[in-house]
Amino acid sequence: MKPRATIVETASLTRRFGTFTAVDAVSFTVFPGEIFGLIGSNGAGKSTLVKMLTTMLPPTSGRAVVAGYDVVRNAANVRAHIGYVPQLLSADGALTGYENLLFAARLYLVPRAEREKRIRTALERMGLAEFADRLVQGYSGGMIRRLEIAQSTIHEPPVLFMDEPTVGLDPAARHVVWAHVRQLQETLGTTIIMTTHLMDEADQMCDRIGLLHSGRLQAVGSPKELKASIGPEATLDDVFASIADTGAGSEGSYRDVRQTRRSIQSHS
Amino acid sequence: MSARPAEAFRATHERSLIAAAAGYGTQVFAVADVELRKLMHDPTEIFTRALQPAIWLLLFGQVMAHVRGLDAGGGNYLDFLVPGILAQSVLFAAIFYGISAIWERDLGILHRYMVSPAPRTALVLGKAVSAAVRGLIQSVIVYLLALLMHVDVSFNPLHLIGVAALIALGSSLFATFSLAIACIVKTRERFMGIGQVLTMPIFFASNAIYPIDIMPDWLRGISLANPLSYQVDALRALMLAGGESKFGLATDFAVLLGVTAVLVLVAARLYPRMTA
Ligand SMILES: Nc1ncnc2c1ncn2[C@@H]1O[C@H](COP(=O)(O)OP(=O)(O)O)[C@@H](O)[C@H]1O
Ligand SMILES: [Mg+2]
Repeated sequence: MKPRATIVETASLTRRFGTFTAVDAVSFTVFPGEIFGLIGSNGAGKSTLVKMLTTMLPPTSGRAVVAGYDVVRNAANVRAHIGYVPQLLSADGALTGYENLLFAARLYLVPRAEREKRIRTALERMGLAEFADRLVQGYSGGMIRRLEIAQSTIHEPPVLFMDEPTVGLDPAARHVVWAHVRQLQETLGTTIIMTTHLMDEADQMCDRIGLLHSGRLQAVGSPKELKASIGPEATLDDVFASIADTGAGSEGSYRDVRQTRRSIQSHS
Repeated sequence: MSARPAEAFRATHERSLIAAAAGYGTQVFAVADVELRKLMHDPTEIFTRALQPAIWLLLFGQVMAHVRGLDAGGGNYLDFLVPGILAQSVLFAAIFYGISAIWERDLGILHRYMVSPAPRTALVLGKAVSAAVRGLIQSVIVYLLALLMHVDVSFNPLHLIGVAALIALGSSLFATFSLAIACIVKTRERFMGIGQVLTMPIFFASNAIYPIDIMPDWLRGISLANPLSYQVDALRALMLAGGESKFGLATDFAVLLGVTAVLVLVAARLYPRMTA
């Protein structure tokens, strides 16, 4: 049997900040068309891992190949083949939705003749067509998230990274985002790698999940497999608790709290 | 390996050099266009920035014109001052680009620039181009003020084109400088501190408001190392009817172009550090 093609592959990917190891020898594989979830509590290293995969942060050691290109040696080609929805705001509030998309289309060199069509399709796909000409500062949180997804997929990348795509959204808005993401994956076949600290989000959205704790990848599998490994009635929360308990300092020291808060406000 | 190569990839790898250059141009334009659209959505900034040159010309210019012994090369002091004030208003507007870069970083918007396949120099040049356009708008305002004050402005089309080129270059130079500083200091507080410390000497240790000849040697040395002096020198030659350049226009343009090119390369190197 031929080995299955992979679209993201990491080998012992590691990132240290000084003496602190934020991502510790993480190795995993993502297959084309999957929705892959990286889950873990705040400070687990999710954003740091995603930043390395999107070429925003150089790894301290280890390797990662995304869409066929090495993230260090071939960063520009990785960037041309991915979309990235960062944890922080990435839509410009002082522009309209349309202008945000036009900017993305130009930056990603969508051919001029196709721009208008692509922008219109993207707006419709994300349910934003009627708000296209309004300034984004008047959008709701859910609309902004959908616009950000639209602008990071205007070039129809084979791989889309989303860092905590529904953080700060109310449950209704969250479900709308989920529906749009799933539809995007179905129509374009986009491989999606998303981080979340919400177990039910991972459970509902993801084909496979990687559990990250203190920078280490503790388990990888489909939600079903992971739950079955604990017990017949287990939830993902139980899976997570069993892993977090074995790790050191899961109760949270002052250092953890400080790091978490810092990671929320300053870097992300 | 993905089945379908991305457009940005095709543009740089599979097409001709011309297509690659066109792509680069599109990316520069994309960044500049966004800045200018924001200015159009909220044009108040244009008016508030017009106040500063008006105050300088009306207050400072009037007072200094009566100071004896300030030899402005034979002509009247207001004529001497106007090109300096034009350069100043453009400088102060350009320095603001660093703060706006930090602002964009803090918001997160900068990430979308950095994760795009656009070359870093294209991003920096895009900011420089938008600074140039802002500078040109400022210039129109200063020209109007100068006319109101009966300064003998030259309307020779060649001179006007020359002034426009100088303003575009000067704006690009200082906006890029500001961007590079922002990439080093990274926080708004530190930038504000450093911005003050840097803009004042750039302005005062130049020939903008007094002739280089009356400066003590040490200050003259600094002025001669200051790109603003060369911008002002060329502006004096081109903006005023019968004005002349001390260093020679070729020197002025060469210095401004050279420094801008170096700064663009430096800022493009530093820019990704903002999101790391
Ligand atoms: N630039 C940085 N400098 C120092 N420490 C950092 C930096 N970025 C992240 N960290 C630390 O690395 C750890 C993982 O952060 P992060 O990847 O943001 O976690 P998550 O996204 O899972 O919440 C945190 O303890 C955080 O404080
Ligand atoms: Mg995070």
